[in-house]
Amino acid sequence: MPVMTYRDALNQVMHQEMERDPTVFVCGEDVSGGAGGTSGEREASGGIFGVTGGLLPKFGEDRVIDTPISENTIVGLAVGASLAGKRGIAEIMFADFLGLALDQTMNQAAKFRYMSGGKAKCPVVIRVPYGAGMNMAAQHSQTMYQIVTSVPGLKVVMPSNPADAKGLLTTAIRDDDPVVFFEHKAMYGRKGEVPEGEYLVPFGQAAVLNEGDDATIVAMGRMVAFAEKALPKLAEDGINCDLIDLRTTSPLDEDAILDSVEKTGRVVVVDESPPRCSLASDIAGFIASHGFSSLKAPVQQVTAPHAPVPFSRDLERAYVPGPAHIDAAVRKVVSYK
Amino acid sequence: MAIQQSEDQLLRAYRQMKTIREFEERLHKEIMTGEIAGFTHLYSGQEAVAVGVCEHLDEKDLIVSTHRGHGHCIAKGCDVKAMMAEIYGRATGLGKGKGGSMHIADFDKGMLGANGIVGAGGPLAVGAALSAKLDGEGRVAISFGGDGSVNQGAVLEAMNMAVVINAPAIFVIENNGYSEHTGADYAVGSKDIAARSEAFGMKTIKADGCDYFAVYDAMAELLDHARAGKGPCTAEFMTTRFFGHFEGDPQKYRAKDEVKRHREEMDCLKNFRAVGAVSDDKLDAIDAEVLALIDEAVEEARAAPMPGPEEITTDVYISYQ
Repeated sequence: MPVMTYRDALNQVMHQEMERDPTVFVCGEDVSGGAGGTSGEREASGGIFGVTGGLLPKFGEDRVIDTPISENTIVGLAVGASLAGKRGIAEIMFADFLGLALDQTMNQAAKFRYMSGGKAKCPVVIRVPYGAGMNMAAQHSQTMYQIVTSVPGLKVVMPSNPADAKGLLTTAIRDDDPVVFFEHKAMYGRKGEVPEGEYLVPFGQAAVLNEGDDATIVAMGRMVAFAEKALPKLAEDGINCDLIDLRTTSPLDEDAILDSVEKTGRVVVVDESPPRCSLASDIAGFIASHGFSSLKAPVQQVTAPHAPVPFSRDLERAYVPGPAHIDAAVRKVVSYK
Repeated sequence: MAIQQSEDQLLRAYRQMKTIREFEERLHKEIMTGEIAGFTHLYSGQEAVAVGVCEHLDEKDLIVSTHRGHGHCIAKGCDVKAMMAEIYGRATGLGKGKGGSMHIADFDKGMLGANGIVGAGGPLAVGAALSAKLDGEGRVAISFGGDGSVNQGAVLEAMNMAVVINAPAIFVIENNGYSEHTGADYAVGSKDIAARSEAFGMKTIKADGCDYFAVYDAMAELLDHARAGKGPCTAEFMTTRFFGHFEGDPQKYRAKDEVKRHREEMDCLKNFRAVGAVSDDKLDAIDAEVLALIDEAVEEARAAPMPGPEEITTDVYISYQ
């Protein structure tokens, strides 16, 4: 299998899907970049993180649309076109800017099908680079997935590796419901094996990346990689864990979580968000309600603190949950009597 | 120089306006009985705008409406009985009773929904116009909005976006003088909505929204422009609403005789008759038919079943595992 980066896997999908389906288009700030510039170089950036590179020369300005800085209208553009027969992929440059586009995301895209009694179809994908770890401070580092996961009508996807990035984005583009697709900024350069050709990963099916009887680690997005880092040291000490990568937070693979909890009885949920109303608290609550009789220890929640993401390198390092936090939490649940 | 319309066209336009008027006047009465739940925003007084615009459109053209959307729905061809049933929250409604007055939609008719968020239709209409542009068949998308909507960032963003991507979108601004309970003279900083559109470089026409013929002629010009790919444009129609912002609004912000005066001087149906293009007998016959249709719509809606509780969690997604 070829090895490629998370970024290139996403890029490949957009090339493949735009070739396959002429109704697919991409819009966002600087998705090609260069329009109206003085150099004459029309594809000047290919997206601020390079994810949409090469699309403009191949598919042209009608389907690869550089937009003004107008996030609400970028999403609205994709939503309106998707209601009228297209499949729009809107790129919001940083997940934080979803704050500017929440009306079109949660009041419009999420609700059309319901409000119309099942007549409307809104096959839009909102791609959002998210997360801390690059010293981008409080307004360019947030997670945001916990907010949209709470909205009925939206699907929320968080690939943790290049293969899933490919398989899940392909599924997202072909899905007939609105999808918010979270790409961790610090993972764009991560390499991994990626299946060739057409590759789809279904929504609502978590991946069990490691198996063990002692504890369950539930993680999503970049936290999966940190959990993987924590595993070997725990194994050395005889602590073997199930590692569940949720892949999608809406729909949520409840069965995968409960099956593992039944086996281990000890759970750590790892979430990059602050703790209140987080995925960690949501999943811990779900386990408490549906898996209580299996539990042998209180569920541990590894999250960021209840604070904005700090700028200073040392502060940010301490802020983001990492392998050491996961290691400590696993040892805590395992040693609980 | 007014555009010549056939008698059939004129009779159809009158029927549409009269249907909207009677639909709303009847709702005003029925709401007072307490049988209809929630917020209802009536369109009476503005009929010439919805009809003068939509008489140019077919089902392939797209419109995005507002919270005051009943008129746009009827003008775009939504089934009047299914609309009434929706407002009554019935299972037979256009949205199975899940949307209600503020969210009536019929995607098969190119009616992309009334909308509870002021200004949200702007971006959606530009997206719909983008879809039309990509198809290259000369279709357009209309964004209906009021004088209140032009103070929303979404509409100003959408106007700019439409110009930047050269989308065949037409912003129809119905200036009825009030943003909810606040006068447009206060809330529109420059007091000149058409000038805002012109500042984006859009072709803009301002016309009397209580005169069906003026609306129809203005839209003919703008639609020619948009369908030809010459870019988005805006119409500002000066109009009035005969009721409050929502039903139950005591309208303390309006002078005592304002509505009475407007009903006398700015009634688009009276204006239409006064032109004398069609005989009163023919219009009287339409009046009777419309009243009968609205009676039936109310009766059928009241008799229709409520949606069952199993409907609460259906239609959230197309599929969700």
